Amino acid sequence: MIPELGHFSLILALFVALALGVLSVAGGQQGRGDWMALARPGAQALWLLTAFSFGCLIYAFYTNDFSVAYVAEHSNSKLPGIYRIAGVWGGHEGSLLLWLMMLSSWMLAVSIFSRQLPDAMVSRVLGILGLVAVGFLLFMLVTSNPFLRLSEIPADGRDLNPLLQDPGLVIHPPMLYMGYVGMAVPFAFAIAALLNGRLDAAWARWSRPWATAAWIFLTLGIALGSWWAYYELGWGGWWFWDPVENASFLPWLVGTALIHSLAVTEKRGLFRNWTIVLAITAFSLSLLGTFLVRSGVLTSVHAFASDPRRGVFILLFLSVVVGGSLTLFALRASKVRSGGAFALVSRETLLLVNNVLLATAAATVLLGTLYPLIVDALNLGKLSVGPPYFNSVFVPIMVPVLLFMVIGSYARWKNDSVAELAKKLRPVAILSVLLGCGATLLAGAWSTLVALALTLVFWIVLGSLLQIYRQFKDTVNWRSTPLSFWGMHVAHIGIAVCVVGITMVKGYETEKDVRMAVGDTVLVGGYTFRLTGIHEAAGPNYNADVGDVELSRDGRVLRTLHLEKRTYFSSTMPMTEAAIDTNLVRDVYVSLGERLEGGANPAWAMRVYHKPFVVWIWGGCLLMALGGTMAALDRRYRRRAAASAGAVAAKGAVA
Amino acid sequence: MKRWKKRAAIIGGGVAAIGIAAALVLNALNSNIALYVTPSEVAAGKAPQGQAFRIGGLVKAGSLKRDNLTVHFIVTDLVQDIPVAYTGILPDLFKEGKGAVVQGRLGADGSFTASEVLAKHDENYMPPEAKHALDQAQKNKGTEKP
Repeated sequence: MIPELGHFSLILALFVALALGVLSVAGGQQGRGDWMALARPGAQALWLLTAFSFGCLIYAFYTNDFSVAYVAEHSNSKLPGIYRIAGVWGGHEGSLLLWLMMLSSWMLAVSIFSRQLPDAMVSRVLGILGLVAVGFLLFMLVTSNPFLRLSEIPADGRDLNPLLQDPGLVIHPPMLYMGYVGMAVPFAFAIAALLNGRLDAAWARWSRPWATAAWIFLTLGIALGSWWAYYELGWGGWWFWDPVENASFLPWLVGTALIHSLAVTEKRGLFRNWTIVLAITAFSLSLLGTFLVRSGVLTSVHAFASDPRRGVFILLFLSVVVGGSLTLFALRASKVRSGGAFALVSRETLLLVNNVLLATAAATVLLGTLYPLIVDALNLGKLSVGPPYFNSVFVPIMVPVLLFMVIGSYARWKNDSVAELAKKLRPVAILSVLLGCGATLLAGAWSTLVALALTLVFWIVLGSLLQIYRQFKDTVNWRSTPLSFWGMHVAHIGIAVCVVGITMVKGYETEKDVRMAVGDTVLVGGYTFRLTGIHEAAGPNYNADVGDVELSRDGRVLRTLHLEKRTYFSSTMPMTEAAIDTNLVRDVYVSLGERLEGGANPAWAMRVYHKPFVVWIWGGCLLMALGGTMAALDRRYRRRAAASAGAVAAKGAVA
Repeated sequence: MKRWKKRAAIIGGGVAAIGIAAALVLNALNSNIALYVTPSEVAAGKAPQGQAFRIGGLVKAGSLKRDNLTVHFIVTDLVQDIPVAYTGILPDLFKEGKGAVVQGRLGADGSFTASEVLAKHDENYMPPEAKHALDQAQKNKGTEKP
């Protein structure tokens, strides 16, 4: 009964979303107050219906209702309770429902936190989001209904993929989806502004906190995913340039460009067309990512054939969204005039350069991700594009980005001079080169790439610190410094922290595959690892071989690490659980391979890593997200409509 | 600065940036693509020489031999067998009789030295490249027989 209620609730949601989409957009266009008044309650009703449906699916999972096909596929009665809930988004149908849940949550948030916006704008934005929801609801109801029943009820479920039975999975997909779907909000603002024909500073100010919020979730979601891959996949990698990872990274790159471009549009009224294109692209890439990952297209183009309806629907939906919004853009773009001029050396130019570089980076990653698919689809053979491609293209593009990032934050709007910038930045530049090279010499063997990266790190950090110092010293009342100033510097320092982690791991990690019997030792990165014992242990739904490894340094025992090789009952699939000892400057990481010899003293294959500064990678992401949060909470976004309208008018008069 | 000068600088910069990016991309694509080759194609001498490539197929049951950390096994499309050597730890999902993809180079003696062994997803999953190799081999068998 409960699954049917969930299904019914989805059908109702489809009608609500349809009504919301059509009436709110039309109401906003024609200025009909009675239709516009429907937008907020409509969005809230959609949220309630989706949440109810989502609750029904959670209930079916929690109560082990294996008559529901999706539950039988992705759960098992022995699965611990928390993973039964996480199992809701462990497969295609459920993750679509999660997508919809997130979309309606963003809509709910827009309906609540948009008091300062004109009704027509809110109405259009919610209407467009409603239309996006219609697409997803149709997709679910027609091709991927999570509530379908089985005619023969299995005794037990097939179990959740053991890889996914991890606390990381409980939060990683919701975070990432929150980010993916969040890009729909700036997209809706952009489309609403195009419909309205008014792309002004007010529009940019309204959509900025939403773009930033989505970007924060995306940052956290990617970081969580990378961290999860690091400790759960058991082989010490934290980024594989896997198509699935790229799918989440693409909207992040474009989203990063978008939040900076929005800053220019808000402050100076420039780059309006570019901002619109970025907003459309970011959302389209989110859609592409979700679909590519979830439809199985990425493992092979021919996965389309397994359920052709899904593939066709995906292509249709994508082309409607991308085609529709670009057509609208083409119709309206000519009317959008960019106000104000700026000199070649100015903050505008530097932000534009970095924007273009970020977009280029996104394009190269997209090319590398889709290239095998295109070649396969054209029947030109099968190939794979590996991490070396991405590294050799992505890194050179990022170097100037990091360089210009600091100059951009120093340059004045409108007009600045090279001489003046050089004067301000020369000490920072000299100091960072010295410190960067010095740090490289201290860290270990000399490497020009490491020295370059660390120089850029100091360049960013010192650049930010100097500006913060100036803010304290030169401003009469530094307490009135806007929160967004701090947000920017925290996020930029976060990038630097992340680069430290990446550089140190790439440059100085040690990895050893060894054969170990009980009593054997191996020395890696100055640490001694001794296998003291291997025994069997039982978990709730698996058996494990547990190895005990004693970690010591200079003869002093630090701790015992427990590494596991698990075999899950339901799938007899082995799983490696690495043991990691983390501190601020290094991780040591041990994982158990397969058993090489049996007998009285069995020998095992083991992989031992020493990874300097690896936690800085995720620490940097946290700082970026923190900086984003500070920027999004800036007071000026919450000013009432009247006040901001007045400010805009005043600005217009000045311009 | 004059308006046209600024324009020219922006356009020039843009063209240069695109050119550099394109050069990087093409160069990187050229040297970092691994072609998928089926065991039958390798046996027929169609594998790229002196360049890394990938073979998809089944790990032949009973072919796995260990010599300390080096493992020897056979990747087959049920028509041709290719012996593979790999030093290191095999992925969790690597099993005899199941699909796998190996990346590496072909030696002069016709044996394949893998730098990477990929076995992904769950135990019932067949990598599409492995499946492709089997289908290809079946098809060729069918055409050769009559």
